[in-house]
Amino acid sequence: MVSGLHTRGQDRRDSNVRRDGRALSRRAYAAAASVPDPEIPVLTVADLGILRSVEIEDGVAVARLTPTYSGCPATLAIELAVEAALREAGFEPRIERVLSPAWTTDWITEGGRAKLAAYGIAPPQRASNSVRALFGEVQVACPKCGSGETERISEFGSTPCKALYRCTACREPFDYFKCL
Amino acid sequence: MAVAAEIDRATLTTFLLRLADDHLILGHRLSEWCGHAPLLEEDLAMPNMALDLIGQARALYQYAGEVEGRGRGEDDFAYLRREREYLNCLMVERPNGDFAHTMLRQFWFAAFMHPWWEAIAKGSDATLAAIAEKAVKESAYHIRHAGEWVIRLGDGTEESARRMAGAVEALAPYVGELFESDAVTLAIAEAGIAPEPMTVRSAFDRTVAQVFSEAMLELPEPTWPQGGGRAGRHTEAMGYLLAELQHMQRTYPGAVW
Repeated sequence: MVSGLHTRGQDRRDSNVRRDGRALSRRAYAAAASVPDPEIPVLTVADLGILRSVEIEDGVAVARLTPTYSGCPATLAIELAVEAALREAGFEPRIERVLSPAWTTDWITEGGRAKLAAYGIAPPQRASNSVRALFGEVQVACPKCGSGETERISEFGSTPCKALYRCTACREPFDYFKCL
Repeated sequence: MAVAAEIDRATLTTFLLRLADDHLILGHRLSEWCGHAPLLEEDLAMPNMALDLIGQARALYQYAGEVEGRGRGEDDFAYLRREREYLNCLMVERPNGDFAHTMLRQFWFAAFMHPWWEAIAKGSDATLAAIAEKAVKESAYHIRHAGEWVIRLGDGTEESARRMAGAVEALAPYVGELFESDAVTLAIAEAGIAPEPMTVRSAFDRTVAQVFSEAMLELPEPTWPQGGGRAGRHTEAMGYLLAELQHMQRTYPGAVW
């Protein structure tokens, strides 16, 4: 009897701890997920698909992030910003850089793609591993007027992730987020 | 960290440093063009490619530091070694020369690395494979960009064609070293981490033949290959390069941003 009660109480406490743990992890994830990209501030780390997980481990909020382009100078800034956001939300943060599996532009969410287009940056083509997409032999739609009549001005743009394009219909130049 | 069990740490460290040094030194060379390029798009393109290369080098140095396990980090490797401890191939340290030299060097190096990265991405070392998976795509952009310039200059004016042919003649002796084999590459291949560089020679030759034929360029005559970089023996250009690359850390040891 007594031991049965004890067990039920123990179970309840364990399940409370688990539920609290999950709630805490979710709150930590939400805090980390809202951090914007320093170079394209309309996108959050969650939109970019680089926030792999946030879990509470031994009282520490461990955020696992994947770098984007090898040469992206924002990688460290993003890690520091996520660390600060977790600390702000009351967590003891730790950042882990996860290389594998390697990030690709396919991980940018649908919401992220829509935000990019609204911001004036043409989102990357899907299927980053297709040679056609990599080599740019695809139609990039103008994010301003939607026309497919566009041309590449420069393979490399203002950041490692972008190329420069021009719309021949509305004459506006724009950035294209390159496939990777 | 998933280091393939069949390889000893010293060998893997050496292999990683060779790759990292190739990318750091070539990235440094490209960065020398920043602010000096013949047109704005190129002033964006060359530092962009340099960022890719230096970013790849950083990931490789960090991993080399973990594998070596002696507390050395990326800055120690990049800035605080002596010339003879750098293991890059000689091609990447050759001076920029004119735009034809720079673009041909970039094209040849990318045409070599692209198929090799592809193979390394399928290799047995998970960390290196993840670095390779992105580098494959980044090097594809480099092949296309530099290849377009090889074609434009080779099949351009009399002057540009003469300069591109001069670059082919000057850099041809450094191609062979890319494919060199030794005890390190052999052990790495046996561990399934990366195939011997020679295995991507046919892919390299195909890419080069295709671009050279469009560029109306003659493939170089076989020449006596220059080598020694993988053992730390460099050309006279390397010391000057390192003087600039290492200046800040040598002047203010331990300086951080």
